[in-house]
Amino acid sequence: MSVTIYLPKDAAALALGADEVAAELTRLARMAGRDLNLVRTGSRGLFWLEPMIEVATPAGRIAYGPVEASDVEGLVAAGLFEGGAHPLRLGPPAAIPFLARQTRLTFARTGIVDPASVEDYRAHGGWAGLERALELGPEGIVEEVVQSGLRGRGGAGFPTGVKWRTVAAAKAPQKYIVCNADEGDSGTYADRMIMEGDPFVLIEGMVIAGIAVGATRGYVYLRSEYPHAAAAFALALDEARRAGFLGARIGGSAHDFDIELRMGAGAYVCGEETALLDSIEGKRGQVRAKPPLPAHQGLFGRPTVINNVISLASVPFILAEGAAVYRDFGMGRSRGTMPIQLAGNIRFGGLYETAFGVTLGELVDEIGGGTASGRPVRAVQVGGPLGAYFPRALFDTPFDYEAFTAAGGLIGHGGVVVFDDTVDLRAQARFAMEFCAIESCGKCTPCRIGSTRGVEVIDRIGAGDPKQITLLRDLCETMKFGSLCALGGFAPYPVLSALDHFPEDFGVGAAGSAAAAE
Amino acid sequence: MTRYDSWTPEKGALIIGDMAAEGRTALLPILHEIQAGFGHVPAEAVPMIAEALNLTRADVHGVVSFYHDFRETPVAPRVLKLCRAEACQAAGADQVARRVAERTGLACGETSADGALAVEAVYCLGLCATAPSAMLEGPGVEGGRRLGARLGGPRLERLIDEAVR
Ligand SMILES: Cc1cc2nc3c(=O)[nH]c(=O)nc-3n(C[C@H](O)[C@H](O)[C@H](O)COP(=O)(O)O)c2cc1C
Ligand code: SF4
Ligand code: FES
Repeated sequence: MSVTIYLPKDAAALALGADEVAAELTRLARMAGRDLNLVRTGSRGLFWLEPMIEVATPAGRIAYGPVEASDVEGLVAAGLFEGGAHPLRLGPPAAIPFLARQTRLTFARTGIVDPASVEDYRAHGGWAGLERALELGPEGIVEEVVQSGLRGRGGAGFPTGVKWRTVAAAKAPQKYIVCNADEGDSGTYADRMIMEGDPFVLIEGMVIAGIAVGATRGYVYLRSEYPHAAAAFALALDEARRAGFLGARIGGSAHDFDIELRMGAGAYVCGEETALLDSIEGKRGQVRAKPPLPAHQGLFGRPTVINNVISLASVPFILAEGAAVYRDFGMGRSRGTMPIQLAGNIRFGGLYETAFGVTLGELVDEIGGGTASGRPVRAVQVGGPLGAYFPRALFDTPFDYEAFTAAGGLIGHGGVVVFDDTVDLRAQARFAMEFCAIESCGKCTPCRIGSTRGVEVIDRIGAGDPKQITLLRDLCETMKFGSLCALGGFAPYPVLSALDHFPEDFGVGAAGSAAAAE
Repeated sequence: MTRYDSWTPEKGALIIGDMAAEGRTALLPILHEIQAGFGHVPAEAVPMIAEALNLTRADVHGVVSFYHDFRETPVAPRVLKLCRAEACQAAGADQVARRVAERTGLACGETSADGALAVEAVYCLGLCATAPSAMLEGPGVEGGRRLGARLGGPRLERLIDEAVR
């Protein structure tokens, strides 16, 4: 009798022993004389439960987790193959509160489908966006994306439709779609999860973008720290090409489009869009001055759409279901859903896709369940190494681009990193400067030299010289306004937020820090 | 234990030849293949690549030295990359580094005396929800690479066991 089991091949599940679990399942199924159909999926993103396995039963999938290889024998004895009772049994995955409370539009299929199967993707609603895009034609697609209110999910939050409109209007013999899969921010892994768990949604989004603006070539620039995502995506490219979704005359239409996967080489700054373009061109990844915008002169000097993985992966839903359905989620000028990534010292770490507007406190305390260490939450860094540290006093800030800016921070790529009360915010501020110094592309002085000086100044503060705080603030001011890109320009966010909200870690009281600022 | 291939101009030419037709944009893919094959980008490879892509040596050298992945001297067959970025810091990356140093004698950035193992810092492996994490890499590692997450206890000890084997 055959049994189907779904087991993630997501990098985090592998890191927790998913392959060893797979080997045990295979061995024990053979011993039990069962014909095992083991489907390696992506992850649903409930990482405290990984490796999480799901068994197909007549009543639907039943989940178990976290499963270690040593648990498998007991699970099988307890009737795993029939969905039997066991302390690790979680029931139907969709009913797990963490998942049940989400609004999964972009991540609707991740963890469910076989990421290597074009057909499974279709069976779960894939390619419907492309079909509608082909009916609408270029102008109709651009209009739909504009109307959806989608803003770039990579960090800057620029309206995606407006970017596409600019490239569509540009006249050139060749245009490009470039996908930014550099995902360098600590605390972020949504891009990785899509590429490992639902790569066709990214391919579909890029094909739609190509049709919309008249581009026939696409590049995905992926960081080298993600070898598993690279393998999964390369396989998906082959499958899509074989099925006629890439190459000449896509889906029998007049449009040609193909994608090439390019690997980065360990440089954070290559996530900045113009540095990324230089890197694909075979140069040092240095930031270009703007203008010209990439939309006018991008890759190889041609008009180029450059978008983040999640921005592009959001497009198939928008086309398939219509702009209004997407737009109806969210608040203010932050429309649709955002895959928020809960990370660091957190009890329920994982991917939480939800409409904009949820507060930081709900995310950390309720959804994330506080710290994994069981100690009080003291600080939360949102938006990667260039994002601000938030104290509990700001936990009522709603997840919304404008609200976060108003609170002195940024959403960035949606990474939320939780720290308990053992954190030293002066050390974190120092790290921000040090990271900027390591990763600076070297083009401008405030970033290149300023970050090194920043480390020294923070060390002097640590040695007990509070007068240096004025100097640190001046330095941050110079970096903020004198840097060409956001690496040098935003490094002051973590530094100043640490200083403003946690002055005691710098050896000054709140009043002292305010006085020093004047 | 399989080690990296030793460099010869013929093997280098084989790699470059395949890709040079694309021009300068092939530079990173070529460097990746050379690094993967030989464990570094040998000085002798630089003028060969420059000539094939119609670039100056200085230009190619400038690219090699810009990216953290490319090495000018051979990298150890096994590299243990410890994530030192914020999410891992929050979850105890320092304790992991201390335990690794206890057992291997190596701090981040150091290579063992016999040249077999290097320990390095890396800034985020995308395993931030299961921090702290690390990746063990190299031709000597089963399957080419092994990831470790929620490191501490037996899982960390097993990863170090494989690193020092
Ligand atoms: C230093 C630096 C690093 C960046 N890293 C990334 C990254 O890893 N991924 C990303 O999508 N955008 C990154 N960005 C933002 C990109 O420059 C750009 O805004 C984005 O790719 C545009 O796509 P979107 O509009 O879809 O967000 C970075 C920006 C800077 C200044
Ligand atoms: S701010 Fe830093 S990374 Fe950005 S362009 Fe200037 S030197 Fe380069
Ligand atoms: S911060 Fe360590 S894996 Fe992301």
